Order: sequence, then C-alpha cells, then structure tokens
Amino acid sequence: MLSALEGSQALAQAVGLCRPGVVAAYPITPQTHIVENISKLVADGRLRCELVSVESEFSAASVALGAAASGVRAYTASSSQGILLMAEVLYNISGMRIPMVMTCANRAVGAPLNIWNDQQDSMAVRDSGWIQLYCADNQEAVDTTIQAFRIAERTEVPVMVCVDGFVLTHTLEPIDLPTQEQVDRFLPPYHFSRALDSRNPLSLGTCVDPSFFTEARHSQHQAVLRATTEIMAADRDYAGIIGRSGGGLLSVVGPAEADVAILALGSVCSTVQESMQLFPQDRPVKLIKLRAYRPFPMAALREVLQGVRDLVVLERAIAPGSGGIVGMEVRSLATTLTQLPRIHNYAVGLGGRDVPIEIYPRLVEAITRADEPAWFEIFDLEPEKLPVEDR
Amino acid sequence: MVAAYLLASAAFEVGRYCQAFPNFGAERRGAPVMAFVRIDAKPILRRSQVRTPAFLIIQDPGLLNVAGVLDGLREGGGILVNSPRSSEELSGETGKAVVSFAAAQMALQMTGKPLANVALLSAFASLTGLLPREALIKALSARFKGDVLEKNLKLVDMAADQVPTESWKDITHALSA
Repeated sequence: MLSALEGSQALAQAVGLCRPGVVAAYPITPQTHIVENISKLVADGRLRCELVSVESEFSAASVALGAAASGVRAYTASSSQGILLMAEVLYNISGMRIPMVMTCANRAVGAPLNIWNDQQDSMAVRDSGWIQLYCADNQEAVDTTIQAFRIAERTEVPVMVCVDGFVLTHTLEPIDLPTQEQVDRFLPPYHFSRALDSRNPLSLGTCVDPSFFTEARHSQHQAVLRATTEIMAADRDYAGIIGRSGGGLLSVVGPAEADVAILALGSVCSTVQESMQLFPQDRPVKLIKLRAYRPFPMAALREVLQGVRDLVVLERAIAPGSGGIVGMEVRSLATTLTQLPRIHNYAVGLGGRDVPIEIYPRLVEAITRADEPAWFEIFDLEPEKLPVEDR
Repeated sequence: MVAAYLLASAAFEVGRYCQAFPNFGAERRGAPVMAFVRIDAKPILRRSQVRTPAFLIIQDPGLLNVAGVLDGLREGGGILVNSPRSSEELSGETGKAVVSFAAAQMALQMTGKPLANVALLSAFASLTGLLPREALIKALSARFKGDVLEKNLKLVDMAADQVPTESWKDITHALSA
C-alpha cells in the first residue's frame, strides 16, 4: 500500500515483511531509525523476532553472523564509523559464505567528524566480499531490501543495501510496501545448507593454510561474480509478483544512443534525473544508475557504454592519493571498449554538501569547456576557503 | 520536524506527491532546526535542499532575529510566525508581510503543552487553501491517538480561524512552479 513514510520507517517495515529471526544492532549513533522502528514492531507484537541490542557494531555483526550460521534469517544496520568497526566481521561473514543482509545508511567517515551523507563508509568495505546494491530513492531501498534476502540466500553471499543517510533515511515521501502475502510468495523461508546443528556437527571459519587459501578466495570471487545472475533473476521475479523493478544491475534514463553519459550511484541519481528534465541541453545525454557495484556488472556496463564519447563518473567518496574509486574501475573497464570515451571523474556532495538541482547543466558545461577530461576533481570544491598552498 | 512530516503526510492524503526532510543535523527538541517540505502534483525526484521556499513557517519568534532566516524566500512569498505579537508589528520590523498568531499559547491552553506545530499547520492550511481540514485530521490520526489526538483536533479547528482564510491562495498559485 502506498503511504507517506520516512525512509527508515519504511525500511524497518520491509525488513519485518521478510520475517527475520534475529536483528542485532548497536542502538546509538551512528545509527538510523531503522532498528528503532524494528524494535517498535517487535514490542507491538507485529514482528516475532529476537532483537539483540549490543554494545558495539562489531558485536552486532557477530551476533547476526552467529544467527545466520545457525539457520536463522539475520539482519543488521549501521553506517559510517560503525561500518568500519564491523569491517573484520564483514570479511568473516562473506569469507564463511554466510547469507545475511545489512543496510548501510551511507554516511561520511571521520575525521573530521561529520554525520552527513556520502558513501565513504560502504566504499571502505567494497572489497570485503559483500554484494553491494545502491538505491536511488526510498522505493528502491524498500524493494532492494526485500530482494537482498533472496539474493543472499540463493548465492550464500551477504548483501549490503546502501541507502544514502539522511537524504533517504530521514526523508518522508510516498512509498509502496508490498503485502505480506506478496513477500511470502517472493521470499521462501530461510534454509541454510550448512546451518550449525549439534546433531550434525561441522566447523565454520577454520584456519586455512596456503595450500587452500588461494582456492577459497577464488571460489569466493566466482560466487560474487555469479551473483550477477541472481540479482537479475530476483529483480525479474520481484517485478512479476510485486509489479515493480528494483533497478536491476543498472538502469538507463534518457536516450540509449546518447553519446554523453553520466554514471552515478545512489540518491544523487534522482537529483540528476530531475535536473536533466529541468535543464535540457543541446546534446542528448543519458544517466546510468549503477545499482550493483559488487558484483561489478562488467557486461551490462560495457553494453551501455558502447558508443559513449563523454562519460561523467560521479563519486560520493574519495581515495586520497589516488582519486575516484568508481571512476578508477569504470576507466579500467572502458579500456575494453572499441572506442575509449573521454572520462570525466568528479566527486560531489562529500560529507553532506548539498548537490544542487543545477548539477546537470553545470556538469555539461564543465565537460564541454574542458580541453582535457578531469582525471579526478572534487566538483563542488570551494577553493577560496583553503589556504593558497592547499588549493 | 514533526510539523514537516505532518504537512507532507496531509498533502499525501489529498493525492499530492510530497517530500519532507530535516536540514540534516543533530536535531533535538528545543534546538533551532530547519525542515523542508515539497508538495507537487507530479513525483518529486530532486533531493537537494530547498533554497528558495514559497512559504516560511517560523515556530519560534526569536528566530526572526537570527541573520539569514528570511533569506531565499521567493518574492511575494508568505511568512507565518508563532508569536503573541501582532502581524502588523512583525511585518513592520521585518519589512515583509508576516502573518502571526500565538500558536504555542493556544496549544498550551488546549493540550497542556506549548507546541506550536499543529496550530501553525492548521493556520497554514487555512491561509493557502492547499489542504482541506480532513487531510490534516487524517495525518494527525496516523500519528496520534486518544486524548492527545482529540485535543489536537480541537486545536486544528481553533487555529484555522486565527488567520484570514485563503488570503495566501494567490501566492500559492503564483509560486507553485
């Protein structure tokens, strides 16, 4: 049913519809209202679930790991420094191939201390072996959360649903939640083939020496790559039952044949999309909304980048000393195209800096003006705020 | 923040698209906060901050003295203030057309708490003609129950008469771009 809901509230209900057995979370900053709302669902008797309030994000991830390993559907949520505190456990979860879901309410990582939205936190754990799906709006966040459980359980690869903090989590807007019956049809009860069971003992996470570690990594890498198929299948089946796609591996807005493209992840896509409607330009431009970042959808990307002459890659994070994170990967993929586009790599909206509605014409102006494409620049930098030597 | 969510929810109740969000920060009751609402007949995609609002609702008259609070308001836009002082006085001081009434005082009498939210929203609905009373009631009913709801519904009726009905209707049409 379509209702006006705050993002966090909708996400809590979406998680509830997936009938988790255990939700573990650190209830204090950096946290969103998601787990607060889940705890209300539990307290009101609307969700039968063990809610474990723990003393740190490290423990939150560990409790969820243990629950999922014992055959119970598990969920957690965090952001920013909380994700970093989980980092060790995130590698354990994915390395042991434990299916579970977490929401990363994307926020900046300190120092300087900053509670606002960018995507540095999830980017910091992009190589942890988790599937990462980025959501452009709260509807996508709800749909992706529900799909995430099925993707995780079919692939035995954990899924991180990346939802821009505040910009989505704290925004109230019309959101449609599927019915329990629909979600039950889409998402069968959790069954884990290697569930811990005292009658049939087995060890998880044992020491693997050099004679097998390489193979373990290879098999994990293949599993995440293969998840591409399951992400598409989950979205297709979801659309069949609920009547709406969550955004596939990626989606394109605008003319497919446009030779200028803007590639972005998360809620900035929405602003760019409206900006494109408001400020039409002479050259046709398309927006590539990258939903799956891990696995990196190489084939799908190659297809939409074919024939593109100018490509803007927008980042909400930065690799200091190198530059763009997504841009680096897209640039490497682009070398396999028959025609290498000019790639303009910009970071925007770091630490919550507003991405204004004029973003699109400004980007088009910048790439038209540039003799050489920007290898990497912070697009909305205000250099006059810095001492001359730092500009 | 609650006022923004309520206003957006009320707009949703009459079939509008809506968006409400805080000026993200460490919000707590009593501290100065900004929250924004967008209402439209078509889906709202943009996630940028509201820089040039058509209307300003100011819950604490002290904020009128804070530099920049009125900046960005569109030419001819409306300002609604919770204040025991008169509209004429405040308009004179700010140099802009201000509509004022003692919303918090009225709330204190009706509900026992000096929270200007609901009274201001009712006045806003009445000034703009944007939202029928029923929409506000639906939004309130989704958030409050029992005695608190009853008292707030009475507050809605009382506050609606405190301002000139639909006197902002033209602004609403002119600035809804």
